Amino acid sequence: MSKGRILLGLTTIIVGLAAVAMVAANPVHHATVHSQSWSFTGFFGHFDHAQLRRGHQVYKDVCAGCHSMSLLAYRDLQDIGFTEDEVQALAAEVQVEDGPDDTGAMFERPGRASDRFKEPFPNEQAARAANNGAYPPDLSLIAKSRAGAGFLGYEGADYIHSLMVGYEEPPANVTLPEGMYYNHAFKGHQIAMPPPLSEDGVTYADGTQATLDQQAKDISAFLTWAAEGNLDERHRTGIKAVLFLVIFTLLAYAVKRRVWADVH
Amino acid sequence: MAAPVFKNPVIRWIDHRLPVFSYLHHEAYEYPTPKNLNYWWNFGSLAGVMLVVMIVTGLILAMQYTPHVDYAFNSVERIMRDVNWGWLLRYLHMNGASMFFIVVYIHIFRGLYFGSYKAPRELLWQIGVLIYLLMMATAFMGYVLPWGQMSFWGATVITNLFSAIPVIGDEIVTLLWGGFSVENPTLNRLFVLHFLLPFVILGAVVVHIIALHRFGSNNPLGIDTKGPQDTLPFHPYYTMKDMFGLGVFLLFYAFWVFWAPNALGDPVNYELANPLSTPEHIVPEWYYLPFYAILRSIPDKLLGVIAMGASIIILFFLPWLDRSPVRSGTFRPVFKWFFWILVFDCVILMFCGKYAPEAYWMPFSLEIVDADTFTARVAEVRGIAHDEALTAVGDMWGVNAAAGTFGIKIVRLGQLGTLYYFAYFLVVLPLLSIFERPRQVPLSISKPVLGGGQSVAHATAKSMEKA
Ligand code: HEC
Ligand code: HEM
Repeated sequence: MSKGRILLGLTTIIVGLAAVAMVAANPVHHATVHSQSWSFTGFFGHFDHAQLRRGHQVYKDVCAGCHSMSLLAYRDLQDIGFTEDEVQALAAEVQVEDGPDDTGAMFERPGRASDRFKEPFPNEQAARAANNGAYPPDLSLIAKSRAGAGFLGYEGADYIHSLMVGYEEPPANVTLPEGMYYNHAFKGHQIAMPPPLSEDGVTYADGTQATLDQQAKDISAFLTWAAEGNLDERHRTGIKAVLFLVIFTLLAYAVKRRVWADVH
Repeated sequence: MAAPVFKNPVIRWIDHRLPVFSYLHHEAYEYPTPKNLNYWWNFGSLAGVMLVVMIVTGLILAMQYTPHVDYAFNSVERIMRDVNWGWLLRYLHMNGASMFFIVVYIHIFRGLYFGSYKAPRELLWQIGVLIYLLMMATAFMGYVLPWGQMSFWGATVITNLFSAIPVIGDEIVTLLWGGFSVENPTLNRLFVLHFLLPFVILGAVVVHIIALHRFGSNNPLGIDTKGPQDTLPFHPYYTMKDMFGLGVFLLFYAFWVFWAPNALGDPVNYELANPLSTPEHIVPEWYYLPFYAILRSIPDKLLGVIAMGASIIILFFLPWLDRSPVRSGTFRPVFKWFFWILVFDCVILMFCGKYAPEAYWMPFSLEIVDADTFTARVAEVRGIAHDEALTAVGDMWGVNAAAGTFGIKIVRLGQLGTLYYFAYFLVVLPLLSIFERPRQVPLSISKPVLGGGQSVAHATAKSMEKA
């Protein structure tokens, strides 16, 4: 095969992939999202557990008032460094309905580690009624369902961060309807969620200064973990798989060269 | 060919009664293969590997998956979160579909360039097209299973296309849905079919291989093998070459699975299906985009569906549309150009399928903007009022040569692309068969020197006789 042919082939593949990438990456942005640096991006990226625990605190103290996180159980928090006792204590802070008991009645009991995160509202109607008709979406997968997952990067985390810090005064020519807020990261800029975070709005257990930006980063990281808890294991497995495949491929190449050496 | 003598007595005993080992030896070991195959010939075996990967991962996923509208989404999340290595299985399967299509697309374009569809391999080619159709159906149904927003709305849009068929269209749609909209019975039947079709594909692949082994592989020169000096036994030459190719391909596959598992999918599919809320853009998976663009480039629904169907059906007739006696594009100076334009055209169509038809592509600033933004830019650059700009842009091509605003409406670009796609098969290839003067074809694979004074027709006469 001639050099030119190989070059042509490679160019085709690269152009093709670039096209796929372009198509996948969806450059149409209606809103402004700024990318941040995260510990979990890149080939060796992994979650920062201290950050995730701070993020959990933000969720629990602020977001949990309106947003459910129905795919997570309290025991999942052990994966980010909470001890078994701490998890049990956290779960026991809420009352959950259980039953029926032997008399057929439902009853309330303290939460257990195996319970899912308690939901703030009994149903969607109640959630809407409490939020001016808007529905606060479940946050379990929000980091994956917003703004694309991108290449290596996690635009979902970028988006949540931008949303958290994106509240501002509306421009002069915009009049906001009752109960709406102006946020430059949100599509259409008008969002029904009141600004959830404020400077020092939470007091971090680990003593970190709770600036707005810090809280926004922590909650974004936490929500990314919630959506993609297997990321650390995935990256680690990937490195091993690639090492194996590189050796396999080199060996296969060497054998192929040997076998073909006598062909003219 | 002499039957092999097996040393192992058990194998000999079995083979005497059921000659599977002789058969395998003949078809996978000594099977004579042209010795000049390049790496484009790796993609057939890669497609086979991907089929096996999809079946194995799919079977294990199916053990954990629940085909019910109330549980499907969460059962997939359970696989991701609670099943041991479930995330790996699912990401292998999900990205595997994309890898499968990448491999098959390269495989198909390889055939288009080197004329592998020509006599005596017409049936082989047609079975290939059939496999491709089955793959499209399978992947579509698989995409519905996780029951996310795009699963649901994709299923709604695609099944609705059948309603364009006159008279019986609505009946067909009801049959597909098992009701009056996409709901639980729909999910159930799509799951059953998604489970079944890969095995139908497997069967078709076996037939594909039988047809292949009748005349053997085509090759980059596009000439027939003339004897043992032109071929090599499949093993170890091509088994080892395929092994190397497989390694490279798996590295590529691993990149997606481990570091960008959701990059090829639509984020909206991580939201539970909601029949009451339509996503802003309903976009199919990347591998359907060119066909989606063809569908949308025709304003009439029925005609659009026909065009989309025809764009694949036309491939069945390809062996009779391209009548040039020379197979390989290497020796066809004019064909070559049209071929590469076709590749480029398919990329453009893919691009058009992705974006809203009313949007504008601005090639100089590399942006896609919606109609409002485009009009606003035109207004700004020309210093005219918005209304005036609206009329200026109108329903035209959107090309506005005024400085800084050069844009093409996506749907127009798609129409151009569609036009070229069909012209390639219906006009370009038939005309080239008549008017193109191919370069001289070598006499044989082992003597790639040109035969002095040999005419092209002469060099390929043999292949024509077989037809
Ligand atoms: C007072 C109730 C309330 C609190 C507290 C709250 N939210 Fe919201 N949130 C909402 C409502 C209501 C919406 C829906 C907004 C809309 O659709 O306009 C929403 C929407 C969102 C969205 C989705 C935006 C989109 O792209 O559709 C995200 C992400 C979000 N909230 C994150 C958070 C986080 C993180 C916190 C905690 C720091 C939080 N919210 C606290 C009420 C709340
Ligand atoms: C030709 C081969 C196949 C192709 C192209 C294919 C394609 C797909 C696609 C695109 C999805 C959606 C992935 C997602 O977004 O989550 C999917 C899901 C699924 N497939 Fe397949 N598939 C194939 C074979 C199989 C087989 C053989 C089985 C089982 C016997 C199977 C079982 C499943 C199941 C259970 C799901 C839902 C789980 C999930 O969404 O991850 N597939 N398939």
